[in-house]
Amino acid sequence: MKPFTTLTGTTVALDRANIDTDQIIPKQFLKRIERTGFGEFLFWDWMRHDDGTVNEEFELNKPYAKGASILLARRNFGSGSSREHAPWALEDFGFRVVVAPSYADIFYNNCFKNGMLPIHLSEEQVEELFQREAKHRPYQLTADLNTCTLSDGHGFSAKFEVEPFRRHCLLNGLDDIGLTLEHESKITAYETAHGIGV
Amino acid sequence: MSAAAKPRTLFEKIWDAHVVHAQEGRQTILYIDLQLVHEVTSAQAFEGLRLAGRKVRRPERTIATADHNVPTTDRSLPIADPISKQQIDTLRNNCQEFGITHYDMGDVRQGIVHVIGPELGYTQPGMTIVCGDSHTSTHGAFGALAFGIGTSEVEHVLATQTLLQYKPKTLELRTDGKLGRGVTAKDLVLYLIGQITTDGGTGYCLEFTGEALKGLTMENRMTICNMSIEAGARAGMIAPDQTTFDYLKGRPFAPAGAAWDKAVAYWKTLPTDPGAKYDKSLVFQAADIAPQVTWGTNPGQVAAITAKIPRPGDFSDPTDQKTTAQSLEYMGLAGGEPITDLKLDRVFIGSCTNARIEDLRAAAEVAKGKKVSGHVQAMVVPGSGQVKVQAESEGLDKIFKEAGFDWREAGCSMCLAMNPDKLAPGERCASTSNRNFEGRQGKGGRTHLVSPAMAAAAAVAGHFVDVRDWE
Repeated sequence: MKPFTTLTGTTVALDRANIDTDQIIPKQFLKRIERTGFGEFLFWDWMRHDDGTVNEEFELNKPYAKGASILLARRNFGSGSSREHAPWALEDFGFRVVVAPSYADIFYNNCFKNGMLPIHLSEEQVEELFQREAKHRPYQLTADLNTCTLSDGHGFSAKFEVEPFRRHCLLNGLDDIGLTLEHESKITAYETAHGIGV
Repeated sequence: MSAAAKPRTLFEKIWDAHVVHAQEGRQTILYIDLQLVHEVTSAQAFEGLRLAGRKVRRPERTIATADHNVPTTDRSLPIADPISKQQIDTLRNNCQEFGITHYDMGDVRQGIVHVIGPELGYTQPGMTIVCGDSHTSTHGAFGALAFGIGTSEVEHVLATQTLLQYKPKTLELRTDGKLGRGVTAKDLVLYLIGQITTDGGTGYCLEFTGEALKGLTMENRMTICNMSIEAGARAGMIAPDQTTFDYLKGRPFAPAGAAWDKAVAYWKTLPTDPGAKYDKSLVFQAADIAPQVTWGTNPGQVAAITAKIPRPGDFSDPTDQKTTAQSLEYMGLAGGEPITDLKLDRVFIGSCTNARIEDLRAAAEVAKGKKVSGHVQAMVVPGSGQVKVQAESEGLDKIFKEAGFDWREAGCSMCLAMNPDKLAPGERCASTSNRNFEGRQGKGGRTHLVSPAMAAAAAVAGHFVDVRDWE
């Protein structure tokens, strides 16, 4: 897995709550059997009109959003389906960081498996970021996982929390399966004690 | 008091029994008893195993079926969509290569993964069950700890038969009193989601308790646990009891003989102990619950059939106001209309929420001797091949067909519209599925979630009706 340490990048703000994984990547793009190449399908139905032309009003299509790597949204981001295609699509499009007041559990968990950092801030802090983003486009933020700080270099600086072990794995790009298999003797002992596979 | 004597919840008992390794500040390594696999979220996991040269640790603890992509029309014809076909073929090949049991199209046991697991007796109380699908919470109806996972985790479980998990908190949702006539398990769970909202359960494992749950069948309980994820909870559960045991007895993969008695003795120890503490408990009254209809674009945007569509100004929170305005615009609603005035184009009876035999019986009872309204196209998609066979043996297919419903083959179908079954832009649909997200049933489609009886009544009337007033 790609490690995540620190990132400075353009922030794009989506002023919506409950952005579900069906919006992040609609089902017609879940039929592929690869992990890569999902970026072009990100927010498919919001990116374009019914006739297929580009929806210039959608935030990700604005000129100031070009090259954005940080996504700002309202509460309960990533709700719904467990599809890991959602973080795959965000990552492939160029996003490494999401900032929101809250996330759906499965989406949140899936981000860490793909070298992405979902940052929790309070509703008030997120509101302030929305206001700052609206005033200073393109808006740059720096997410530093070493110090667990999100800042804009112009007076906004907030500490965020990540479970210590998740942070450790993300900073070092560690692979979960490899880590678990360090405890393989314990798995075998569990199976023996429960008569599994004997 | 010793740790062993401390009263524990159903969740805590199952969690404790599956801890392989726990270390302060880290995720617990939890043993997984059963993994269910389908075609959409597994290909990349198997590919990961191949790239790393890993095997499936316990192939006998994983079962697979194709459900999301499969056409619900004539199964003797080839699959028209080449990409769907490739995904279904890939699952078949992966199962063969890694030694996993696969219920393929053409096998009567094929069906929606959350229908066939219980139906075949794989799903049992006290188990840990995972699947790369958020509606895995369904299996919690048996008093199992069951939740959806991402594809990286599917690979982790295939390789290690374990999962890394932070322990969730517990939330008891207790419903006192009995559900009224015409009020179903679907209405109960939609009501609860409306009350606690779509992220009210985030970070929790739910346990549904109370008198309202007592008389419910396993099919009803599965409907309730299925929608735990729509309240943000990865898992939801109901304590096993005699209804659970009666359902399981004699199913192909349920224990038999002496093993059955031993299993039941263990299952009886699972319900939450008196005095055990949940992290949070909420109490609701069954008498407050009417048949429910969602009006917006998330399952928490729901109201009683007797209500009017809300307006943004009905909410105090600015985010709720904005979300409501966005939802109403998408749904083609002004706000303030009586729900019974909403005219329908389509009706879908199916999905892992409501495509089991009882659901089809409930819908057929309403549709019997009636005709689907002239401007409505209605379809019934059984949850599995076996549900279809059972329904046909009871003559339910005839009732539906005579009333003008399409009678289809088993699969996920128009719940998520990955196969050819989908809404056209602007079409309004009464659906027994679980998600009313934008575009879920087809781009621009407008979904209203309801119970099977409400869906059947709406198909006949051509608009929503209160099923309590039917006939």
